[in-house]
This record gives sequence, structure tokens and C-alpha cells, in this order.
Amino acid sequence: MANKSKSVISVLFNDDDVMLKSIKPIREKGYNIREAYTPFPVHGLDHELGLARTRMAITAFIFGAIGLAVAIALTYYTMISDWPQNIGGKPSFSWGENMPAFVPIMFEMTVFFAAHLMVWTYFVRNGMYPGRKAMNPDPRTTDDMFMLEIEFDGGEDELRQLLKDQGAVEINLVEKAEEESPELEEAHA
Amino acid sequence: MFQFPAKLKTLSYVLIAIGVVAMVYGFLSGGGHEAADHGHGHDNRPWASLLINNFFFLGISLGALFFLAVQYAANVGWSAGILRLLEGISGFLPFAGIIMVVIVLSAMFHMNHLYHWTAEGIMDPESDYFDSIIYGKKAYLNEPFFIIRTLVYILGWVWAAVTLRKLSLRGDQSTDLAWYKKSITVSAIFLVFFAVTSSTAAWDWIMSIDTHWFSTLFGWYVFAGIFVSALTTTALIAIYLKNNGYLEWLNKSHIHDLGKFMFAFSIFWTYLWFSQFMLIWYSNIPEEVTYYMPRFSEYKGLFMTMLVMNFLFPLLILMSRDSKRNFGFLATIGVVLIMGHWLNVYIMVTPGTVGLDYSIGFTEIGVFLGFLGGFILVVFNRLAKAPLRITNHPMNKESEYFHI
Repeated sequence: MANKSKSVISVLFNDDDVMLKSIKPIREKGYNIREAYTPFPVHGLDHELGLARTRMAITAFIFGAIGLAVAIALTYYTMISDWPQNIGGKPSFSWGENMPAFVPIMFEMTVFFAAHLMVWTYFVRNGMYPGRKAMNPDPRTTDDMFMLEIEFDGGEDELRQLLKDQGAVEINLVEKAEEESPELEEAHA
Repeated sequence: MFQFPAKLKTLSYVLIAIGVVAMVYGFLSGGGHEAADHGHGHDNRPWASLLINNFFFLGISLGALFFLAVQYAANVGWSAGILRLLEGISGFLPFAGIIMVVIVLSAMFHMNHLYHWTAEGIMDPESDYFDSIIYGKKAYLNEPFFIIRTLVYILGWVWAAVTLRKLSLRGDQSTDLAWYKKSITVSAIFLVFFAVTSSTAAWDWIMSIDTHWFSTLFGWYVFAGIFVSALTTTALIAIYLKNNGYLEWLNKSHIHDLGKFMFAFSIFWTYLWFSQFMLIWYSNIPEEVTYYMPRFSEYKGLFMTMLVMNFLFPLLILMSRDSKRNFGFLATIGVVLIMGHWLNVYIMVTPGTVGLDYSIGFTEIGVFLGFLGGFILVVFNRLAKAPLRITNHPMNKESEYFHI
């Protein structure tokens, strides 16, 4: 929103395949697609938009490793160090020899940490945390329309023609670059 | 159409020859008949080696048949391009089945002592060797019933393998889907049959070696092992064919999915291994822990190595997406998994048959190579007999577009 040096056009499609196929020619012409809004996950969209692969998997692994470490510390402190316990005739008082009994705890804590922390990581990463005000520019994209927001520098007619050729059903200018014509901005306000 | 490379064919014949030599060597060096005591270990060694290797390769072809049946029963789309590989692998089932029958008959007619409960006098209350615990299992563990069960398993599985193959060959010609619908029915029947017999076969052929001991999830544990072996073999053959310019309809996503299966069922295998071990370790009842005593003393090195190969190795390496999409990587891990699961079968069989004085030598490795040669010969011969993809499979198009 802050970057007003470029104009933004929003284009609506009524079919996910049509939208997906239009992305390649748009990007080949050098336009930057700022955002895509779809009512459901569209397979291959991230690839077409040229987005880098998510690093969420790495965070999941790290969270799991943290959970494993917490479980080891927990079982060591409670069962061996702070209050040594003799359960099932296994009073060896060493963590290593009792390790098989702690494996279920280690497993559960690994899963618990990975799953719960991943939920919050996911919310933070895509900005959809609870209480966040919806930022959808067009409610129709939650129903049956697919929208792309495209940034451009001048040459609006050319872009409109390209989008029409790709099968767009509606094209709107949503943001105008500030330097170009400030009086139009005032007129809108 | 796939051409069986002449070099590979020669290699498989050489391997079979090595296997035969190893078998003869095993009988000559092991069958000393020197001892009148209870040490049957030496006499058993070549038989145990035959059982280990035959069960391992029987498991691979049976696991592939199970996977094939699942693809039909669940109307799976992505796998349409690898069904012929599964058919090829399950083609080894009749051969392994015949050898299994030979092993079982030889044990029932006292040519070896693989199964402790067949020992003379053990079921006879008058005898010095009478064992009241084993006598209590007489209703299930007796020679005629054991032979009948073995025949029922083998015939049932081979029936499914042969029928599915016949129907899929019809799928190359016919334009309607009658063959496909019939395959679904056959698969469903086989899966129900397999659900019971995979467990009971594991109890009979493997668990009854340690006759006193029992574990209720043993059948699942064995199944998990053979399924990982089968999936790994499928992935290895797919990679081999792909690298030789076949299977042009297979993309990285298909291999990636096979890699996921390998990863998932390695973890599943470990889960069952640990569930079986931990409960026995914790309750510490003599009749149960006897099974783990040799495995944690004389066999400890092998036992732990097997765990690392079958659990830690795939866990740490197969977890990442990139390693599952890299053919060379996946093939390397596949070879390790095959060796690991062979070792798993070895450790299930050997302590109860050969005993504590064991070693992995020419008798074991040579027979393994022999079976490998036979397996390659049968499977690749079968692959060469029909197109590598069922021509009129309804999911061919869907499978080509598979992308993850």
C-alpha cells in the first residue's frame, strides 16, 4: 500500500485455468503480479507466480527438535535427577538405561511442539492471525472469481489489451502512481 | 516395449550359479552330523539361509502384489504408469511359493530343525523331551495343518497374482473397462484374504521358529517389513528403467511419491518394532523377554545396525523433499533399506534356528545373490513380455499429469 510509485490494475477471471494460463504471458511482458486472490487453493499457482519454495518445512523440523530436547530434559529432571523413581522394577537411576520408557514422551512432545508452533508460525507468516481485519479487495474472490493485482508503469491501454486477450472478464484501475497525475487522486478523494 | 539387456540376463544367470554353489557349499560345510547333542545350529544353517532369502524375496513380490491390489481397489490415478512394474515383481511369487513349500515339507519331514515344535518327542507326554507349553499349541502347530495352511496361502496369493496379470493383459487389447472392473473385484477379494493370511503366514513361517514366544502384532511387524522392501524394489526398478530411457510417462512426482511411501512405511515399521519391543522390555516377563535376550547379547551389533539402517537412515535422509526427487539419492537409500530389511529377516530367523554361534558368510550372501539373480530374471522377463504401461488403463491420462 505504501508503495505508490507504480499503478496497480486488478483483473478478474471466472475460471482458475484461464487465470493460471494468463500469468505466464503477463510475467513475460515484465509486469509484476503483486497478489492473487482465489476462492480455493489453485494447484500450480505458486509455481506460475515464481514464488520461492516455502521454508515452513525447516521450521517444522526445528520445532520438532526443540520438542525432543524439552522431552529429554523433562524426563531427566523429573524421573532421574530431582526425584529418582523406581517404576516397574527398573531402578537403574540412569536416563540412558530407562530411555525406552521415555520414547513415547519424546515422540509426543516432538509432535506437540511441531504441530502447535507450526500453527502460529503459519498465522504469522501469511498474516492471517486471529482478530486480523479481512483485507480482501473484492468479496467476489471468496465466491467464484479469481483476481490478480498487477503493477505497471504507464502503458495502461497496452496492459488492458493483453489482459482482454487472456480472457479477463473485468479490469479495474485500483491504484494510480502518485507522481503522474496528483489532480486525479484529489478528484477521487 | 522393454528389451531385457543381454548383459543383465547374463549377470542374472551368473548370480543364480553363485547361489547354487553357495547352497551346495552350505550343505557340505554345515551338514557335519557330528554332534549327538541338541546343537542343530550347523545342520540348520543352509536351510535357515534358504528360508531367510526365500522369505525375503517372497515378501517383496507379495508386498508388490498387495500394493497392486490397493491401486485397483482404491481407484488410484497417479500410479497407472507403474502397475506393470508391480505385476512384474509379483511374478516372482509362484517361484518363491514353490521353494517355500519345499522348505516347509523338508521341515515337516525332519530333514532339518528349523521349527523347534517339530522335534521328535516334544508333543509326546511319555518322552524325555516333552514340552507341555508346546503341547498346548498342538491344535494349531501340527504338521498336517501347517502344510495345508502353507498351501492355502501360496495358492491364494498366486491366484490373485495370475488373475490380475491376465486381466491387465486383456486391458492392452480391449476398449471397454470390463477388465478393470473385474480387477477391482479380484483385488478386493485378495485384500481380505491377505489381511488374514499375511499375519498367519508370519506366525507360521517365522514366529513359530521361537515356539515358546508369541507377539500379537508380529504379523503386522513382518508385513511392514515386506511392504517397505516391496516399495523400495519398485522405486529401484522404476529408476533403473527411467535411466535407461523407458517409462517416459513417469515424472519426478511419481518417484517422489514412491519415496514418500518408503519414508512413511519405514517409520511405520519402526513404530511396530518399538511397540513390540517396549511392552516386552517394560513388563519383563521371562516367557516374553527370551526372544530379546540373544538379540541384545550375541546379536546386538547386527540388531542395532539394522535399526539404524531401517529407521535413523531413512528418517534423517528421506525427510527432505529434495532427496526424494533426486534419483541417485533415492536409489542409494533404497539399496541401504533393502540390506536393512534383509538383515531384519536374518535376525528374525537366525537366533532360533542357527543359534548363538552364527556368522554371515558365503552361505548367506551367496544364496542371497542366487535369489537376486532369479528375481531379476523372472521380473525383467515379465516386464519384456508386455508394454510397460497398460495400454487402455482409464487413469493413464490422469497419471501423466500427476504433479506435486
